[in-house]
Amino acid sequence: MSGGATRVVRRAKAGTTEAAWVRYLLIGITLVFLFLFLVLPLAAVFTEALRKGVGAYFEALKEPDAWSAIKLTLIATAIAVPLNLVFGICAAWAIAKFEFRGKAFLTTLVDLPFSVSPVVAGLMYVLVFGANGWFGPWLQAHDLKVIFAVPGIVLATVFVTFPFIARELIPLMQAQGNDEEQAAIVLGATGWQTFWRVTLPNIKWGLLYGVILTNARAMGEFGAVSVVSGHIRGQTNTLPLHVEILYNEYQSVAAFAVASLLAILAVVTLIIKSVAEWRQEREQRAAAELPPERPTPVSTSSSASAG
Amino acid sequence: MTAAQVAVAPEATARRSPRRVLPGFGLTLGYTLFYLSVIVLIPLSALFLRTFSLTLEQFWVAVTSPRVMASYRLTFGASLFAAVVNLVFGLLVAWVLVRYKFPGKKIVDALVDLPFALPTAVAGISLTALLAGNGWLGQYLEPMGIKLAFTPAGVVIALIFIGLPFVVRTVQPVLEDAEKELEEAATSLGATRLQIFTKVILPHILPALMTGFAMAFARAIGEYGSVIFIAGNMPMVSEITPLIIIGKLEQYDYAGATAVAVVMLVISFVLLLVINALQAWQRRRTGSVS
Repeated sequence: MSGGATRVVRRAKAGTTEAAWVRYLLIGITLVFLFLFLVLPLAAVFTEALRKGVGAYFEALKEPDAWSAIKLTLIATAIAVPLNLVFGICAAWAIAKFEFRGKAFLTTLVDLPFSVSPVVAGLMYVLVFGANGWFGPWLQAHDLKVIFAVPGIVLATVFVTFPFIARELIPLMQAQGNDEEQAAIVLGATGWQTFWRVTLPNIKWGLLYGVILTNARAMGEFGAVSVVSGHIRGQTNTLPLHVEILYNEYQSVAAFAVASLLAILAVVTLIIKSVAEWRQEREQRAAAELPPERPTPVSTSSSASAG
Repeated sequence: MTAAQVAVAPEATARRSPRRVLPGFGLTLGYTLFYLSVIVLIPLSALFLRTFSLTLEQFWVAVTSPRVMASYRLTFGASLFAAVVNLVFGLLVAWVLVRYKFPGKKIVDALVDLPFALPTAVAGISLTALLAGNGWLGQYLEPMGIKLAFTPAGVVIALIFIGLPFVVRTVQPVLEDAEKELEEAATSLGATRLQIFTKVILPHILPALMTGFAMAFARAIGEYGSVIFIAGNMPMVSEITPLIIIGKLEQYDYAGATAVAVVMLVISFVLLLVINALQAWQRRRTGSVS
């Protein structure tokens, strides 16, 4: 009897998975592919940076030009990320919580910077703010500099990281629906109270991931910033541009040392992202396991209709 | 602080839809449109308007000169090649991550996003260091006559790296939601595992697969940072289109740079529309299945 049962189970399993050798072969190919394309490049950054020892590594990072590049990158990021954070929340609130005409078109426009080449993005700002651009003469008359200066770098950074937070939040907020917010409003909460106490706790992990990804992309942007920066050493060089200059000057160890800072940033970003995802999953599972009689405003309408 | 919100929202609510309970529609949509215009739409229109400083003939000459044509061939050819590789391996990675258990799976899953997080310039110099004649991989490949760094093949390698997460991340959730009951039903009706894959699973994930492919392709066409280090940048051979734009800018040929940029922009718009259509298809498909 028990033999028959295991045979049935085995046949049912065979229907939804492959033979063991196929499984191991596919896992093996995947791991080799990812090792070649992801692990090796990451490892190469650190080994190249430490090729001449720890001393040379830190010597390269102590250089004043490297410091000013770090400072400029931090400034540009510190302006670009909050700007896109506010925009991302506004856009997600308008698009996910309301129905209006042209919504699909607006969503497409929000995605637009994602598909524009960074070089083209930089060129756009040169044509608007550059010496012979739209506002060029006016800016020159008022002794303001945008292109080949910090404001241009900030603008280019804002453009390339424009959609990330909105893209992360829109599907999340759409999936959560409006029921909880509507209940809060009906019970007398103001719009701000509803946002801070109802919406924000629901989206916090998605928001964190959006911010951290925006941050990584802002610090690492190369193409767009390279067009508007003018590569003035010690003044308008961001970290990735500094990497390029050092590399082209055959200062390989210094180039990879600066690059390793950005690689560490990428690894930290991935770790925070994974932790945020696991926490979000755990919270969702915990919420799903709550007893149905718990008197939350959601369970009245949404869970009843979902079942 | 809520004054603006209160002033705008009820009016908009009353006019457009009586069922709108939540506040903040006017404020958030207004700010979204304002920010979108300042950062994206006005600079974009500057680019298009600038091309009117050229006559049609000048424009045509600028975007079809032999060196530019060679760069289109390289950019589109390498991007297509890389996107196809990503299609195949992206599906494989997504499949293995969703269906199989193995040690270190969570780390592998997290690592897939590395190309999103690693700055392109870092990826570029690192891949170059690996594949150059004295690099970890190059030292074995070059004696065999395989030269990857500073050739068009190097461009493809960099673009595979850049586009790797797209197919994985679009296919993975769809594969997770796929109903195993369908596969069980197919098995009990006598289908082989391969038949089930091609006739049950593949149609279900096809829209997501194509979306990921189109995204990887779109990203590859515009890519600059990772490619220029490994490409060698020889005119007519390994010079990508974004580099043509930079070259023209450095010679103060703003009109020429703009003309080529407009060609690239139009192509990215078309790709964006294709991606949107694919995503709508996917929503219909998954909506009808479940």
